[in-house]
Amino acid sequence: MNSVGEACTDLKREYDQCFNRWFAEKFLKGDRSGDPCTETFRRYQRCVQKAIKEKDIPVDGVDFMGPNKDKPEKPGSS
Amino acid sequence: MGRYFHSEVHIQSPWHQVLAAFWQRYPNPYSGHVLTEDVLYREVTPSNHLLSRRLLTKTNRLPGWAERVFPAHLSRAVYVLEDSIVDPDTNTLTTKTWNLNHNTLMTVVERCLFEEDRSRPSWTRLRREAWICSAVYGLARPIQVMIRRVIVPLIRRSRRSRSTTNQEV
Repeated sequence: MNSVGEACTDLKREYDQCFNRWFAEKFLKGDRSGDPCTETFRRYQRCVQKAIKEKDIPVDGVDFMGPNKDKPEKPGSS
Repeated sequence: MGRYFHSEVHIQSPWHQVLAAFWQRYPNPYSGHVLTEDVLYREVTPSNHLLSRRLLTKTNRLPGWAERVFPAHLSRAVYVLEDSIVDPDTNTLTTKTWNLNHNTLMTVVERCLFEEDRSRPSWTRLRREAWICSAVYGLARPIQVMIRRVIVPLIRRSRRSRSTTNQEV
């Protein structure tokens, strides 16, 4: 699947592979030894957040789990 | 004007497999209208919940009458946010999905709850709810018709895409 930032697709796929492995082999098995994908995610986010700003996609300030429902916490910016 | 839909389906896959498929569901044969997918946020909370936010862009497909009424929307993709919470202690996944733009025409909010079927652990139960609102006066009836003709088949197709992805993972 492609990223919204054309230049970010390779970084996205690298992060997705790392996450999917961690999710199935660690997180779901109760292993809380930490997230090995932090650096990969950071590189990916630097690229995709730039693309989001350039395309003027309105993601800023949107409450987590949508307005007026469930959890009110707002995710931090990456 | 608003409409509410809800449904419950049973997926013949165990919960951990449904979860793995959830992150990998795009692309699939039924998702040609999904153009891009990006994770914008991830966090494991102190209570061991995994919070995620994904941004999807989808093609904007409108029936002919809507294209004539809303020409400004034609060239713009639909931006959809999907927020989710995975709780590995209760084996539940809760998701909320809604469109960020085109809200003057319609806002669609969908909430899903995937949970392990306790009576059949190799199955997963999916409860879906959808709220569809349109603030456009005078177009309530055509929009309702469009909902039945466009949105409901989309929901059915997304169900088939989940089924396909579950089989592949």
